[in-house]
Amino acid sequence: MAKNKLTIQDMIFKLEEFWSSKGCMVMPSYDVEKGAGTMSPYTFLRAVGPEPWAACYVEPSRRPADGRYGDNPNRLFQHHQFQVVIKPAPLDIQQYYLDSLKVLGINALEHDIRFVEDNWENPSMGCAGVGWEVWLDGMEVSQFTYFQTVGELDVKPTMSEITYGVERLASYIQDVNSVFDLEWGNGVLYRDIFKEAEYENSKYAFEESNQEDLLKFFEVYEKTANELIGLNLVQPAYDYILKCSQTFNLLDARGAVSVTERAGYLARIRNLAHKVAVCFVEEREKRGFPLLKSAESKKAGLEND
Amino acid sequence: MTKDYLFEIGTEEMPAHVVSRSVKQLADRTKAFLQENGLKFKDIKTFSTPRRLTILVEDLAEKQDDIDEIKKGPAKKIALDQDKNWTKAAQGFVRGQNMSTDDIYFQELKGTEYAYVHVKKEGKKASDILLGMSEVVKAMTFPTKMRWDSHDFEFVRPIHWLVSLFGSEVIPVKILNITAGRKTEGHRFLGDSVVLANSADYEDALKNQFVIVDENKRKEMIVDQMNELVKEHGWQIKPDSNLLEEVTNLVEYPTVFAGSFAKEYLEMPQEVLITSMKDNQRYFEVYDQNGKLINHFISVRNGNKNYLENVISGNEKVLVARLDDAQFFYDEDRKYPLGHFVNKLKDVSFHDKIGSMAEKMNRVQIIGNYLAKRWQLDEQIVQDFDRASVLYKFDLVTQMVGEFAELQGIMGMHYAKLAGEKDDVAIAIKEHYMPTTAEGELPQTTVGALLSVADKLDTIITFFAVGMIPSSSNDPYALRRYAYGIVRILLEQKWSLPFKQVLPELVSALEGQTPAKLPKTEEKDQEIAAFIRDRIKQYLQKNNYKYDIVDAVLASSQQDPIQILSAANVLQLHHDDEQFKPVVESLIRIKNILKKAKYQGKNEVQPELFADSSEEELYAGVNSLAEITNLTDLYDGFVKLQPVIDLYFEANMIMDKDEKVKNNRLNQLSAVARLADNLGDLSKLVIK
Repeated sequence: MAKNKLTIQDMIFKLEEFWSSKGCMVMPSYDVEKGAGTMSPYTFLRAVGPEPWAACYVEPSRRPADGRYGDNPNRLFQHHQFQVVIKPAPLDIQQYYLDSLKVLGINALEHDIRFVEDNWENPSMGCAGVGWEVWLDGMEVSQFTYFQTVGELDVKPTMSEITYGVERLASYIQDVNSVFDLEWGNGVLYRDIFKEAEYENSKYAFEESNQEDLLKFFEVYEKTANELIGLNLVQPAYDYILKCSQTFNLLDARGAVSVTERAGYLARIRNLAHKVAVCFVEEREKRGFPLLKSAESKKAGLEND
Repeated sequence: MTKDYLFEIGTEEMPAHVVSRSVKQLADRTKAFLQENGLKFKDIKTFSTPRRLTILVEDLAEKQDDIDEIKKGPAKKIALDQDKNWTKAAQGFVRGQNMSTDDIYFQELKGTEYAYVHVKKEGKKASDILLGMSEVVKAMTFPTKMRWDSHDFEFVRPIHWLVSLFGSEVIPVKILNITAGRKTEGHRFLGDSVVLANSADYEDALKNQFVIVDENKRKEMIVDQMNELVKEHGWQIKPDSNLLEEVTNLVEYPTVFAGSFAKEYLEMPQEVLITSMKDNQRYFEVYDQNGKLINHFISVRNGNKNYLENVISGNEKVLVARLDDAQFFYDEDRKYPLGHFVNKLKDVSFHDKIGSMAEKMNRVQIIGNYLAKRWQLDEQIVQDFDRASVLYKFDLVTQMVGEFAELQGIMGMHYAKLAGEKDDVAIAIKEHYMPTTAEGELPQTTVGALLSVADKLDTIITFFAVGMIPSSSNDPYALRRYAYGIVRILLEQKWSLPFKQVLPELVSALEGQTPAKLPKTEEKDQEIAAFIRDRIKQYLQKNNYKYDIVDAVLASSQQDPIQILSAANVLQLHHDDEQFKPVVESLIRIKNILKKAKYQGKNEVQPELFADSSEEELYAGVNSLAEITNLTDLYDGFVKLQPVIDLYFEANMIMDKDEKVKNNRLNQLSAVARLADNLGDLSKLVIK
């Protein structure tokens, strides 16, 4: 395996190429910090409403509470997800996923690949879905979900979401025991890029963050998001919701949120998430759901040919 | 003529725990559907894998039985009105038979003319009726359902194909945009799709495509292969039927394999290793011939033996990463004294409406001391309890329990032992969670039992105090299970606890200790007592006491579970004795007289008012019973007293004209009734 092992960036290229061939747009990472690829507007907002959508992207995912100062071989303040969302979910989406593993050199006949029940939920964003974690020889390498609700709205048609854990999968492919030994690309190792950042972010999140400031940030971000929703300015409103969410995660990592308050904060974020989801659908409707029209005309065009 | 009917629903991977029960549901619903439609069959066989739910209806009739019957309707004078027009009664009669009034003819029966119709109907064909299988599928229920594509229809996972074969004939059942045919799918990786010529080909055709459709055969394959491996290496495994069923339903074609890990990890507590293997990875842990856990595991692949070495090394790598994590937590946790963790408990919430864990532990210590005093437990037990009560939740803030929540209590025990705590203290930390299921294992040590009861009592009292009381359908904090655990421990330890009396005492003992926001619970005491009483009922029902005995003992004013159980035992033991009926009847008679007289006095009986020797005799008998503390002896006493009571009634008029005499006699009867109440409200007994 060592001879022709894929670097992380090779992996990403291959996945982008594969999913592009399945009709996905290859999007850049979204530039506001977030805890998971699901929170990118390319997933969250596009999941609601009737319009079709197909995209894939790498998303840096920050989980302050998982920070380990760069000391733990498998736990990170920030890891990377490769996210694929398609709406409506193709009937063959499971097979597509298996084919994508093949592109990465993982042939199902040479391994044990399982779809093990794991119904995903993100209560702070009012999201729930049904699906699996995918096991590769006993290791969870991906999360596979059919969204049922997002922002407390029914997702219809259903959107499929596949989230590859980039570091997990790369550790398997490159056969290393520590993520820091992974090769990102062109001979540069993961540790050389991210190790200090892991330490610094952990140090900040656990020791140096200022709780009072964070609490103030939360209030201001929340207020701003609400005002922007009032003005039907969906995108900037959503950005501030992401900031609320991340600020809450920082507070949580610091142990600054009691159980009572926790429920309260989650409810406040969920409330914003619901409002922005509703607002997004209304705005798209005012524009006549452009992607729906273009999908219809594409279909009609094909039929006329 | 009959043929076998095969119906298969092909889906994406279903959760392992729904597979067996869903295929049973499909069979039950199909059975009801066929019976409703008058289609006869011999039996329904089921097949299931993570990707399919299948039934085979054996010897299904090709059509309904033909109908050729004469049906009798209303009398002629009711069927026709004065103008010889058909009445509503006549119209209703023919409508019920799917016929018209033109079909009616009259015939005489015992001197009266009645309307008749001759119903002649050819039975419907099975092939038409079976199209209704789509409705059977749509009616199915699952713990979690999902929508897919743009459909509103929900199922456990998306449906991909349907097979519907009546012998060799396709019955094109339609669900959403899928029409059933004769094509099924083999193993996701090893197999191809197969076209079935006949319903009988199903099992073998799929076996050729690496799908073992019979769940039991799959299970047998796993067990056989496991036994082979175990024999080869001289290992042992412990049977675990839940895990076996789960892995059976995670694969379509099982191949068992073994892996190993470095021996150093065995230095961790074995529960840590077992949790990592079993709960996280669905592996079976392996023991040597002496029953010692060793550094191997057994798992099942969904596939054949090809490239099995990849699968083994991958699984080993995953397990080692998990064990590494655990080792890291284990090493970290042991760097600190227990006090380090205990101090953090003031910041850990027990429940946001109630307060912190530290506050809970304070209350539990008070409750435990109260109970220990009540039960006169040894000084040593009290000391160990006190020590355990200041420690016992500490492991909640250890890294290990943070990662492996299921190890709560267990890690506490290990860490306490390592920190030099006494065994009884350490074990109590683990045992205070017990029983973890309704019928689960109980604490074995006295300290553990005491801590468990005190902890659970505190939970119930505080939850009730803040109004979080379980409803009949909703008990999110499992308070019922806690209460049931308390009852079981009290009965096992023979600890007496009359709740109505104890609760107010406990609440006042807690006063000042509990956070100010915790309302006083006095008004809730009765609710709590009733709540626990219901669990005593559950215990008696579960242990097969006769229902009337359960009703009787619970209707008494007795509050102590031990006494209630003891009364139930006495009644159950003597229920079928010859004397049981007269004894109980004489006691019920007394109760009825008191009730009729509306007498509630409890005054001393005055012997100087006696007029008859039978009064002396009853007086003496009752006095001798009053000293009995054991309910078996009490019952025996009543057996002896019964002729005395009967004589008493024969010789004396209770409602004497002299008010003093009357009241004296009622006082005497009341004394008997109070004694009888120890056995329960005997009027609830069903006496044959």
